[in-house]
Amino acid sequence: MSSSTVVPFNIQNGDEMTQNVKPLLHEIKHALDSLIETGKSTIIDLRSIPLAPGEEDKILNTLGQGEVKAQLNALGLSEVNETQYAGVWTVTHYNDEDQIISRFIEVTTMPEILCSQTEDIMAAYSRLAITLDDIVEDNLETN
Amino acid sequence: MTINKDKSRFDMTLGETLRSQGISRRSFLKFCAATASMMAMSPAMIPKIAHALESARRPSVIWLSFQECTGCTESLTRAHTATIESLIFDYISLDYHHTLMAASGHGAEDARKAAMEENFGKYLLVVDGSIPMGNPGYSTIAGISNYDMLMETAKGAAAIIAVGTCATYGGIPHANPNPTGAVSVGELIKDKPIINVPGCPPIPVVITGVLTHFLTFGTIPELDHIGRPKVFYGQSIHDRCYRRPFYDKGLFAETFDDEGARKGWCLYKLGCKGPTTYNACATTKWNNGTSFPIESGHPCLGCSEPDFWDGGGFYKALSMPTENITKTAIYTAAGAVAAGVALGAMNKSKKNSATKAHNKTTIDDLEK
Repeated sequence: MSSSTVVPFNIQNGDEMTQNVKPLLHEIKHALDSLIETGKSTIIDLRSIPLAPGEEDKILNTLGQGEVKAQLNALGLSEVNETQYAGVWTVTHYNDEDQIISRFIEVTTMPEILCSQTEDIMAAYSRLAITLDDIVEDNLETN
Repeated sequence: MTINKDKSRFDMTLGETLRSQGISRRSFLKFCAATASMMAMSPAMIPKIAHALESARRPSVIWLSFQECTGCTESLTRAHTATIESLIFDYISLDYHHTLMAASGHGAEDARKAAMEENFGKYLLVVDGSIPMGNPGYSTIAGISNYDMLMETAKGAAAIIAVGTCATYGGIPHANPNPTGAVSVGELIKDKPIINVPGCPPIPVVITGVLTHFLTFGTIPELDHIGRPKVFYGQSIHDRCYRRPFYDKGLFAETFDDEGARKGWCLYKLGCKGPTTYNACATTKWNNGTSFPIESGHPCLGCSEPDFWDGGGFYKALSMPTENITKTAIYTAAGAVAAGVALGAMNKSKKNSATKAHNKTTIDDLEK
């Protein structure tokens, strides 16, 4: 097939497909209510819900972009965005080939993946101590 | 956390191994989140998966390939190079896989026997391909028949994972008239837990998911009535298909290029086996979550079901007779009471005609 060949393929989009968009947005609203009332966080795995092409984008477009946009470099890229609705976050994990491997909607004050982890903090302490020792040794040699 | 440098890779837990490779716990949490997602687990399970995997010990895995096309290994290794799931494969000790290992001949067989002795009762045995029972010479490895190698290696296995439809239900080698007498692993091994991971090939993350489950919980996942993990095979393609609303509305593509096909309507009338096929394609999808056959406009073939190859036609709708319609009408005319006899006759007739139609391929045919 030549690269200029156009295959007429026009999949319908919107709620006519799975009708899962509106219920999911309502679920997010209820989760936000639960966060306000009880402080309980909720994570929704977008892969666990049958969505037609275009429906995931419709959900993300409805939620929009808020004040926070963070990128992690942890075994491939991860994007953590607060939506225009404070407390509603989208967390998208990519692999080393920039393909999406999972996508979550987290209703929380701060997604766990953004927090520094105790084990990493301990390792960081050791590394910093070694670096400081090296600096001291270098200074002694210089003097 | 301090890592004991004196520990061998076998003694280290997965958490220790990852941190010794400079992989942060944040990265590990990301891996666990992706794992929970692919295993269709609640995100609430992410901390539990993290805790269990961090303390898991490195397992020995022996992989045997019998009557197969290597598609299952291709599915696993090609689709997931340098991805997060490959962590699991970096972590396990794949002690024998004659397609992937560098050793060959006696060296390879010695590696298998050494792994069996060192890890007796604890290693995982992965099998792809069916086992020929007609004549041991149909498929041998290092002069050992597939049957003998399977029975010998299965003795010390903690569990067996049958990968691909050939190993789980006989697959294409088992298709009528089954010239090699192909059978599945489950037909030969009765005293070990067997996890069937069918598909032609299976989705790569389903294979890694089963391994991850074993590492995480130390048990085999809950299985359905034909040995498949319910977490991946618990729902039909039809039930999870994004085109399902069109089925419910009675909107079907009648051909591959009509208006219905262009609008993405249900492919039931084009032979889709989604309603009778249980697999994770509709949610996990293929090629790192890009799409699955129905999303690409092709009916599901039902490749994760037993005898899918002998189903009567990939493009014949499920509710329509899979045999010649005229012949069906004649048999049906015999009356409802005789329906069972008619079906039996049809099956017998089908078997005979399949046997007659089975022409041997010659070198001349291949050169045409």
